[in-house]
Amino acid sequence: MLEIKNLHAELEEDSDVKILNGVSLSVKPGEVHAIMGPNGSGKSTLSYVLSGRDGYAVTDGSATLEGESLLDMEPEERAAAGLFLAFQYPVEIPGVGNMTFLRTAVNAQRKARGQDELSAGEFLKLVRAKAKELQIDAEMLKRPVNVGFSGGEKKRNEILQMAMLEPRMCVLDETDSGLDVDAMKLVSDGVNKLRADNRGFLVITHYQRLLNHIKPDVVHIMSHGRIVKSGGPELALEVEENGYGDLLAEGAA
Amino acid sequence: MIPRAKLKAQKVEAAQALLDGRSLPEGGAWITRARKDARARLQTMGLPVKRDEYWKYTDPRRLTDAAAQDARLHDMGDEAPLFDSFDRVRLVFVDGVFDAGASDALALDGVEISTLTEAGAHDLHWARDLYGVLEARGQSPVERTLASLNTAHATEGLVIRVTAKAEKPIAIIYQRSDPQSDAMVHHLVRVEAGAEATILENGPFAARFNQVMEVDVADGATLHHVRAQGRDHERAGVTHLFARLGAGSQLKSFTLTANGALIRNEGVVWLDGAEGSAHLAGATVGDGAFHHDDTVFVTHGAPRCESRQVFKKVLRGGAVGVFQGKILVDQIAQLTDGYQISQALLLDEDAQFLAKPELEIYADDVKCSHGSTSGEIDPNQLFYLRARGLSEDRAKLLLVLAFLAEALDEIADPDLAEDLRQRMEAWLERRA
Repeated sequence: MLEIKNLHAELEEDSDVKILNGVSLSVKPGEVHAIMGPNGSGKSTLSYVLSGRDGYAVTDGSATLEGESLLDMEPEERAAAGLFLAFQYPVEIPGVGNMTFLRTAVNAQRKARGQDELSAGEFLKLVRAKAKELQIDAEMLKRPVNVGFSGGEKKRNEILQMAMLEPRMCVLDETDSGLDVDAMKLVSDGVNKLRADNRGFLVITHYQRLLNHIKPDVVHIMSHGRIVKSGGPELALEVEENGYGDLLAEGAA
Repeated sequence: MIPRAKLKAQKVEAAQALLDGRSLPEGGAWITRARKDARARLQTMGLPVKRDEYWKYTDPRRLTDAAAQDARLHDMGDEAPLFDSFDRVRLVFVDGVFDAGASDALALDGVEISTLTEAGAHDLHWARDLYGVLEARGQSPVERTLASLNTAHATEGLVIRVTAKAEKPIAIIYQRSDPQSDAMVHHLVRVEAGAEATILENGPFAARFNQVMEVDVADGATLHHVRAQGRDHERAGVTHLFARLGAGSQLKSFTLTANGALIRNEGVVWLDGAEGSAHLAGATVGDGAFHHDDTVFVTHGAPRCESRQVFKKVLRGGAVGVFQGKILVDQIAQLTDGYQISQALLLDEDAQFLAKPELEIYADDVKCSHGSTSGEIDPNQLFYLRARGLSEDRAKLLLVLAFLAEALDEIADPDLAEDLRQRMEAWLERRA
């Protein structure tokens, strides 16, 4: 599903700052992969490069989603192709109602995929049902996008968008940051509900605790812009117990 | 550097040159007196020039030249006129001249409407006490003598007295048929104690226009004013809203401007009674040869009043936006709540925003804040929207409308606000 091969990227403004130094990984449909790694290892940059954020130059390698090259596409084309990034820091947009935003996004993607746009009634029914599951109340839907939302509300709002847009490949960038235990459970339940045979997940996280809720099939350890070790869920437990030190030393050897 | 005295002499000379050969319009005794006084004000103070501090950012020559420049008529295509779906009393001016045939009857429960010509011929006490009176008051501390020129020479206008809660809006429509029209219109509005009305203004007005609206909002009265200034590109014009607010009264004025070679909207408001509330707002969208100036002066002259100025401009392609806004708080005006924000969204490097926000406070227990910013579209917001599948154009459009939303929020009637918002969306979409 998602194939990343030998991906190299540097800062557009400063080509001396090389952030990704040959990332390779392959997520198959139905799988959940986790990427763990210390601060500055390039985890978030990987999510930005995949989703098409400005500021990074890809110098080598490839990233394809179901055979289509992501790197040649505009961000909105990647979204239409089925890629979704749950932001580490969801952006506040004063003046745009959450509902308007969701509806515009859903219909933009449906249109890009050649589907009929949802009517106001259909959309409302759908969003209410999904919002309820995430304990997002009507008031939150009416407010401007992420404005005045707590950390947990912002992350739940990300998952709501994911549920509405039904992407094929979900990248979650430190979705657990800033969440308390209850919020983490809500968000994880939301993600788990979306797990499906035809959908892949790439879960970027700093800590193992999120992976207690969202059980990964494969865990990758990232360091200095490279995957240094891959394994099963037990790898995450190892990080939790011993930190990154041993693993990184091992990877470097 | 031209010495002050010499500058003054030039201004006075220019005024005299403009007035020479222009005799005062025919009218009854009271209005003739008011016109004479206004003419004398103009002769004493002179016409504005770019060297005046108050005209530093806007060159007034197109407004003060003897002849107006032509302005092509904008083809609206199949676009319905704004506010068309609202039940309202329609009062139509064509090239600045009242067109009774095209207008509805001057009748609305709780409202007396007449033309300036009719009112000027009769001894209408309240009109006499208002015509040119607020304009004259507005000449200090800053001169606005284009308004005096208007008081002296305008023959067209409406005289509106609201005595109860008007059941529908009074809609003044400014149509154009002549690419060379040079119009001067002077309206009077008095909202009696406890009464309430909505005045809508819509249309491109004239190739050149000079408008004065003097508004007296009595104790406990409310006036809503929503204005859209048409879309003709080459026009030049100046409008003056002079408003005096009594105790516990409320004024909400909103202006939408798109296109125009030079438009200056002056708003001068006095909060004369305690607990009055004045909101002035504007949303402006300009591209290319566009110069738009909002000049606002709000005086808190009584305690516990509230005022808001919210002005938003979206500019590109060499468009220039100007904001000069002042909150003056008299010593007596304790517990004033004053707010002012002026912001520009510059869509490219050629656009320009010039702002002069001012606070002058003589009371010691007040809350006043002001802010002025200019910037581009936030790249993080743009990326967030695009990552959710919105095209770059669609995302930008949404962010531009979001930027203007705070100004539109100042319109009390949500249906009117939505009508304007949708119209703006359609205009921006066509241009994208």
